[in-house]
Amino acid sequence: MLKTFSLGGVHPAENKFSAGQKIEILPVPEQVSVPIAQHIGAPSEPIVKKGDEVKVGQLIAKSTGFVSANIHSPVSGKVFKIDNVLDASGYKKQAIIIKTEGDEWDESIDRSEELVKEITASPEEIVKKVGEAGIVGLGGATFPAHVKLSVPPGKTCDVLILNGVECEPYLTADHQLMMEKGDEIMVGTQILMKALKVEKAIIGIENNKPDAIKHMTDLASNYAGITIQALKVQYPQGGEKQLIDACIGRQIPSGKLPIEVGAVVQNVGTTLAVYEAIQKNKPLFERVVTVTGKSVSKPSNFMARVGTPLNQLIDAAGGLPEDTGKVIGGGPMMGKALSSTDVPITKGSSGILIMPNEIAKRAKVEPCIRCSKCVTVCPMGLSPYLLSTVSDKGIWDRAEEEKIMDCIECGSCSFTCPASRPLLDYIRLGKGNVGRIMRSRTK
Amino acid sequence: MNRLTVSPSPHVHSGDSVKKNMYGVIIALLPALAASLYYFGLGAVIVTLTAVVSCVVFEWAIQKYLLKNESTILDGSAALTGLLLAFNMPSNLPIWIIIIGSLVAIGIGKMSFGGLGNNPFNPALVGRVFLLISFPVQMTLWPKPIESQMHYLDAETGATPLSVMKEGLANGETVSTLMSKIPSYTELFMGNMGGSAGEIAAIALLVGLIFMLIRKIITWHIPVAVIGSIAIFTGILNLVSPEQYAGPLFHLLTGGVMLGAIFMATDYVSSPMANKGMLIYGVGIGIITVVIRVFGAYPEGVSFAILIMNGFVPLIDKYVKPKRFGEVVKPAKA
Repeated sequence: MLKTFSLGGVHPAENKFSAGQKIEILPVPEQVSVPIAQHIGAPSEPIVKKGDEVKVGQLIAKSTGFVSANIHSPVSGKVFKIDNVLDASGYKKQAIIIKTEGDEWDESIDRSEELVKEITASPEEIVKKVGEAGIVGLGGATFPAHVKLSVPPGKTCDVLILNGVECEPYLTADHQLMMEKGDEIMVGTQILMKALKVEKAIIGIENNKPDAIKHMTDLASNYAGITIQALKVQYPQGGEKQLIDACIGRQIPSGKLPIEVGAVVQNVGTTLAVYEAIQKNKPLFERVVTVTGKSVSKPSNFMARVGTPLNQLIDAAGGLPEDTGKVIGGGPMMGKALSSTDVPITKGSSGILIMPNEIAKRAKVEPCIRCSKCVTVCPMGLSPYLLSTVSDKGIWDRAEEEKIMDCIECGSCSFTCPASRPLLDYIRLGKGNVGRIMRSRTK
Repeated sequence: MNRLTVSPSPHVHSGDSVKKNMYGVIIALLPALAASLYYFGLGAVIVTLTAVVSCVVFEWAIQKYLLKNESTILDGSAALTGLLLAFNMPSNLPIWIIIIGSLVAIGIGKMSFGGLGNNPFNPALVGRVFLLISFPVQMTLWPKPIESQMHYLDAETGATPLSVMKEGLANGETVSTLMSKIPSYTELFMGNMGGSAGEIAAIALLVGLIFMLIRKIITWHIPVAVIGSIAIFTGILNLVSPEQYAGPLFHLLTGGVMLGAIFMATDYVSSPMANKGMLIYGVGIGIITVVIRVFGAYPEGVSFAILIMNGFVPLIDKYVKPKRFGEVVKPAKA
């Protein structure tokens, strides 16, 4: 019997066009723009200035707090300028722009392909090193990884859960990574287990990737404590709360973190980055990005340097199709629509999805017919119809009472609504306001 | 280059629509319509056509001339109301009464509250109950099935199983003697009895239920709660005094229970949102139905029961919430 999470969920058309496409190494771009805010938390502080020579993997911006992340140069060359450039958020934000010269890596990085299985670093060293390497959650949330590995006093962690679910339609980066870098992910898992001092790790993979389930299960037999959990295909299984529920049947209480139920979740891509940082001394400056879409001529999975212009990835996948109506950074359920393709990819760029005109626009909004389908699909057990109405009307106390802050913004409600109501748009508005009110109260 | 559309996530939609759901329910009603046409023939054709056409025309006219807003007749909801209204009327009802019923259903039941999505009560039942109170004679003449296939106003009428039971018990007869005066359970199940045009054939209505469950148009909660609570309540009464109270099967297969539980009580707009709320609402309908049937003045109580429970829906929605994620905390293993 396949496991899945207990409440709600939807099953959008999977459309994994780029599945099975080998990870292709994208040529180093001529110029990169590396935003200093690529993660959740405080933006980092540039430590290079115009004209400085940098090598691949050299620290160029320093973390400015516990919840923040270092940024390393993805290319070698000269710092051209530090300026505000348009990024995926649609706003101009500070970025370090580097003109590439050659491809000279920092000497301390081990560039060999050889698998290093023996883990010599101590748990404390691992956490420190993960922080130094600027590793953030590569599933898209970009939460600094070392923070999750630092179990707060008084809490215990007894299981590590790895997210190999990739529940977003279209995206195949994690799938391909598991197929090609399975051993590295296994060692990375053991590193994380050591850091967290746990004996058990579960890798959750949805059943639409039977090859990855088989491959990882075969590999796991060589590594102590790692099991693979096949999961029924159900969105949003990749959500941290849903994944823990699906794998070990524990539900995180409202407003709490996974550690409350003794679990830590990391994405498989993040795990690979941890392996590389600890065993190969390689900081995070490149990642796998899926470029896909119905009209894309060559849907692909690329290994690309952070700061590479989106255009270059799209060109490598056969160029922007004629009928393009929307370009999305991430998957179709939670990704961000971009106003321009002239933006850099960041640590959180799991995919670029190009949507044709005919599905780029939303359908006409009709009146709510109270069909209760939004309630049925909500994985958090909320009442989206009510939350959207009270948010629309500005009744913030009621919104708080109805647990609007529990919403994980998975979009299942808007996806399902037969009346095409923009439920999540209103709920986001409500969350913003309720969050502000709650913060002002604790001040 | 093309201008790019920018909007918040999600960027895909299930493709479900109000229209698909409304027409889905209409398709689910087709087996019952076929049964209605088989048993009541000409009368069923006239009643159904009149109700559907006048409901659609009234909605169109009210939107065009009174509300002056965009027409929504193509979404299928007005036609659905018309169809359900027809199913709740005897097949020999004069056209002018059907038109009045349609006007009340659409005009008062639906549009006066703001149209689709805003009506607190099931519009078809508002129309039906209005007619039942205003035209009690015409609304309780029941054409005999099959015999009246080629008749409309001139159809020969007879009693429904429910009225036979009600009057008989009032006259001191026992359940077992009365059961011999009505068709067998098999015939009741197939719909061979007097009654409203679309309520008679339980089998056809159940086929519609299965269709709606498969297409995820509705969930099982309301029909199961209504049918289950009626079965349990009448079962208890029957156990207590078998000669005074008819058994569950009799109650489930006669009158409007199946039509009500499957199609009327499950009306999206006038039913609760949370699963638990749906169960409470369904049980409420079941209990009120039995109370009216067994202890009240009317032989049938489904319509009243649904309308009464419609009135409780806002209250139910306020206090009965869906089960939230993380409500039951499972502690981490030590």
